[in-house]
Amino acid sequence: MYGFEALTFNIHGGYLEAIVRGHRSGLLTAADYNNLCQCETLDDIKMHLSATEYGPYLQNEPSPLHTTTIVEKCTLKLVDEYKHMLCQATEPLSTFLEYITYGHMIDNVVLIVTGTLHERDVQELLEKCHPLGMFDSIATLAVAQNMRELYRLVLVDTPLAPYFSECITSEDLDDMNIEIMRNTLYKAYLEDFYKFCQKLGGATAEIMSDLLAFEADRRAINITINSIGTELTRDDRRKLYSNFGLLYPYGHEELAACEDIDQVRAVMEKYPPYQTIFVRLSYGESQMLDKAFYEEEVKRLCLAFEQQFHYAVFFAYMRLREQEIRNLMWISECVAQNQKSRIHDSVVFTF
Amino acid sequence: MAGSSSWSRALMQISPYTFASIGIAISIGVSVLGAAWGIYITGSSLIGAAIKAPRITSKNLISVIFCEAVAIYGVIVAIILQTKLESVPESQVYAAESLRAGYAIFASGIIVGFANLFCGLCVGIIGSSCALSDAQNSTLFVKILVIEIFGSALGLFGVIVGIIMSSQASWPAKTA
Repeated sequence: MYGFEALTFNIHGGYLEAIVRGHRSGLLTAADYNNLCQCETLDDIKMHLSATEYGPYLQNEPSPLHTTTIVEKCTLKLVDEYKHMLCQATEPLSTFLEYITYGHMIDNVVLIVTGTLHERDVQELLEKCHPLGMFDSIATLAVAQNMRELYRLVLVDTPLAPYFSECITSEDLDDMNIEIMRNTLYKAYLEDFYKFCQKLGGATAEIMSDLLAFEADRRAINITINSIGTELTRDDRRKLYSNFGLLYPYGHEELAACEDIDQVRAVMEKYPPYQTIFVRLSYGESQMLDKAFYEEEVKRLCLAFEQQFHYAVFFAYMRLREQEIRNLMWISECVAQNQKSRIHDSVVFTF
Repeated sequence: MAGSSSWSRALMQISPYTFASIGIAISIGVSVLGAAWGIYITGSSLIGAAIKAPRITSKNLISVIFCEAVAIYGVIVAIILQTKLESVPESQVYAAESLRAGYAIFASGIIVGFANLFCGLCVGIIGSSCALSDAQNSTLFVKILVIEIFGSALGLFGVIVGIIMSSQASWPAKTA
């Protein structure tokens, strides 16, 4: 019954919820970002980060530092925290935590398949994979020639298996098909996650529905914008949109028919939450769209912490950390390439 | 022995000793349920939050103490109630006065038990939120403590009414 979770949530989830809220207090604040933005070299960044919670992870790195090292170590911190929580969790929290990583698994699969297509070395690709999305037989992905083999050899044993039913074809893998595969998998994953959260009920269902609906809508808009001018037909585009969210189903109909960004903007004017995002962009500009979406996402994620006794705080924390790592990567790249004027183009403050 | 339906006749045939004893059991049992529930709700959040913010442990034990007080109320009232339980001669067991005394002790037990159950729950849930907020911002602790104090007053109300209720439970005198 919604409203009475406070009575029984803490039996299994109380300790972990308190831990994740403790982690949240360690997210970088605006003051930290201001310090980082004023750094001159990567060593300065390392020094500033050693005063935050990233200290123990970066202190043993020798100079000269690379931006990829910084990002890798910060991601390692996230992975350690995630693994700690996962091993302490019981059902259904453990399933929920695993669902959070399936998105990364999909990205890793696509990375390896694309890399193999372009004749890269498997070891090199494995190093680039996101650690949260690793699974045992991931290296075997390099052997597959088409999707059916991909499924039969490797993916049938992973949690991604049920998402493949919609996109098994015997076509060979090429760039276009791989992108379609990625989006189809992600669509199936989002719908599965949404159904799982609805089954959990209560505050988790309510808050996760909002967060996942935003994710689904954001992906729909991005798919539309990225496929303008490509050979993706309207029906194919329509098939890639998830079947939930604010834009479902009428917004999807209109988005499928869009041919350029201004038409997308006109469609979005009808939906108040997205209209406020698009209003911030001037006509014809789409670079700032990503940042506007990230800002909106961060706002919604922070709101998830306002309520107690639900699982969405775990999802929100993981996403906020990932945003923070993206910020750190951008700041490090700007500093390393001496383009500090562009630092504020893409840093999204959490609080 | 009036009683038009068989149910009311059956109820009136239950000995007042039964009612009184069950009342005493409920008073202590359900109070302890409330206290335990409240303590685990607070305790699990407190332990998790104290990992990142160890300073909160000593202050937030107050929430656990408020929950524990609820169990103590239950014990006190149970002890008081059991002193009220007297024997009456066999002929008087179903007299109106005996039934009244039995019912009074039963009601007193239910009052105290359930008031303490909900008080313990209330204080436990607030204590959990208090621990989590204190870990983020230590100025919030005293303010949330005021809410807990109001919550723990609920248990006291139950104890007061229960004691008043049981104080007028008088069994018929032995020499009837």
